[in-house]
Amino acid sequence: MYPILERRMIVPNMHEFTVHAPAVAQSVKPGHFIILRPDALGERIPLSVADWDREAGTVTSVFMQVGGTTAKLARLKPGDSIPTFVGPLGRETEIANFGTVLCVGGCYGIGSIYPIARALKEAGNRVVVLLEARSSFLLYWEDKLDRAANATFILTRDGTKGRKGHIGKIPELMESAGIVPDRVIVNGCTFQMMRVSEVTKPLGWKTIVNMNPIMIDGTGMCGVCRLSVGGKTKFACVDGPDFDGHEIDWPEFLARRKSYSPEEVDPLRHTSCQSRF
Amino acid sequence: MVEEKEEKTEKKKLDLRRRPMPKQDHWERIKNFDEVALGYPVCLAQEEASRCIKCKKPACNLGCPVGIDIAGFIKYIVEGDFAAGIRKIKETNALPAICGRVCPQEEQCEKTCILGNKQAPVAIGRLERFLADWEAAEGRIEMPAMAPKTGKKVAVIGAGPAGITVANDLIIRGHEVTIFEALHESGGVLIYGIPEFRLPKSIVNREVEYVKKLGVKIFTDFVVGKTRTVDSLLEEYDAVFVGSGAGLPWFMEIPGENLNGVYSANEYLTRVNLMKGFRFPEYDTPVKRPSRVAVVGGGNVAMDSARTAVRLGADEVHLVYRRSKAELPARAEEVENAEEEGVIFDLLTLPVRVVGDEHGWIKEMECLRMELGAPDESGRRKPIPVKGSEFRVPFDAVIMAIGNGPNPLIQMTTAGLEVNKKGGLAADPQTGRTSRPKIWAGGDIVRGAATVISAMGDGRIAAASMHRYLMGEEG
Repeated sequence: MYPILERRMIVPNMHEFTVHAPAVAQSVKPGHFIILRPDALGERIPLSVADWDREAGTVTSVFMQVGGTTAKLARLKPGDSIPTFVGPLGRETEIANFGTVLCVGGCYGIGSIYPIARALKEAGNRVVVLLEARSSFLLYWEDKLDRAANATFILTRDGTKGRKGHIGKIPELMESAGIVPDRVIVNGCTFQMMRVSEVTKPLGWKTIVNMNPIMIDGTGMCGVCRLSVGGKTKFACVDGPDFDGHEIDWPEFLARRKSYSPEEVDPLRHTSCQSRF
Repeated sequence: MVEEKEEKTEKKKLDLRRRPMPKQDHWERIKNFDEVALGYPVCLAQEEASRCIKCKKPACNLGCPVGIDIAGFIKYIVEGDFAAGIRKIKETNALPAICGRVCPQEEQCEKTCILGNKQAPVAIGRLERFLADWEAAEGRIEMPAMAPKTGKKVAVIGAGPAGITVANDLIIRGHEVTIFEALHESGGVLIYGIPEFRLPKSIVNREVEYVKKLGVKIFTDFVVGKTRTVDSLLEEYDAVFVGSGAGLPWFMEIPGENLNGVYSANEYLTRVNLMKGFRFPEYDTPVKRPSRVAVVGGGNVAMDSARTAVRLGADEVHLVYRRSKAELPARAEEVENAEEEGVIFDLLTLPVRVVGDEHGWIKEMECLRMELGAPDESGRRKPIPVKGSEFRVPFDAVIMAIGNGPNPLIQMTTAGLEVNKKGGLAADPQTGRTSRPKIWAGGDIVRGAATVISAMGDGRIAAASMHRYLMGEEG
């Protein structure tokens, strides 16, 4: 069993939680994910890793409550424990001195882009962080990301913080700041990663996205996480989760991600919706 | 002298009728996930065992990949000494309840049984299962003799049939054994792949508990190659056995395979078996319950998938196979079970395309009719497409059960390990040694998709070689 050290809602519907898992903490790197089960009857789901402490043996992740499994996670308290927390899985994000790197984070990806930005800065890059949310009250970890970045931009769709606009405004925003990134790395919801890839493609900005398909074992056995990259079928759990965003068949990916949507919310109908935040 | 006389009279009355094993009726069993075959009661087991003609030089033993003294244990069943019978099996096989159920006996021990020349061979698998179940029902699991501790430490990667066999063989010889398992439950393919109705999970758990009782330590949720590398384990352990099993499922590489509703058999069976999807929403992991299902392939995994779909309430389940019935690689017993349960066999049929709807879900599958030509390199008649025979059939789900490669994680994260032409670890068939010292391998990680018993056979060979190495008898 893996003890929960902390679990709190950081912005509406978004939770940060820290688990004691020393073996995972020992080898985790930026871009990795873990797979967990919230209880003995629970589903295995992948979550991106957002932070860790090797000495304390802890791993932190940020998740959005969307379905039955994340609803169970959202009810965990310090002192509880979960039966499965396995990892680190996937290939780590490629870290090198690329020059200027634009790190885009949205949704749970604001959490997972943080260790990537931190590692890129340590590797000598000029790190530009861009956070995107529908509104200012959905932003979190701005202080952490400020420290990890050389410059930070914020985009909100309602204009309550930073620039007003949608993620498609990235080229405009970078141009006005005089920034031409050598590489763009996006962690966030599927739509955001797709949209960034669309607008950076004509500019020739290499864009790495951290894919988030449905997974079961996460070790290259079941094949549910497959996606088309450059016309070839790849398995996100062992070939990824990072891929070139310009090569991905996005409509196929979006359809595959939604394949269990009705069932994902079904358990919510069978559990009493006690809120214990 | 007297004994010989008795044998002669027995031979005269030789009964060639193989005793059928009671099983759930097909109209009943398609509504549940309980085990289909119910096992011999004592009377039938003894009758069946009495059919053994006690060959002077038994050939059945030679057909067994782990070399069980088959004639030896059958004799004990005839005599009614079941405790001695199970002891005899366990001299060479740590997992008799499992092998008795899932081994392809007709290709192994029962193939070489001399009675098979006249009529049906002795039902060796059913007798093996009988003894294992008898012991479990008695509740007195006998512990084997353990060698004195050697102080050597062994790490085993994967708690599947290969890994459990290695662990069993080495702990008995006095070594300290730790198994690292990637999933949250031990058993490997026995847990995630083979369905409950063919191999109840309580039996797998019982066998895992047995090796734990012998002192084997098992860490689940531990992915070697990721959580820790093989090289890091070698700093702590004297030898490593890699039994990490099956990997990425194969697809046909035809258009439309990434549509929703197209599953690998690994995914489909894992959802149902390991994650208990058939009990959704009590268990959280969902599995679709489509009404028209096509399973592509002709092996045991294809039969397992088709029969699972029947139990999940499909109206029509088609098994789509490009050769004819004679070439089906599945066990005859499983083909028969599938037919009884209403699976429709679309033989000499080759899928060429999966057609989707506007939401990315499968709608139809396009296939070609095939005819058999001259034998190919495998000795089977090669299927050849019939020109212009394309036809489309509506389906809500297609399950691809055409095999898989070895798991890629260890090769990707361990330097200096040679890979074979299947992409698995290259291992010496005589010893299980890989290209690196202190590392052995066996089972599907070497063979690609093979059988439980061949994985166990590999484990047995590797354990013997590892023991010689640990004792300084082999470099």
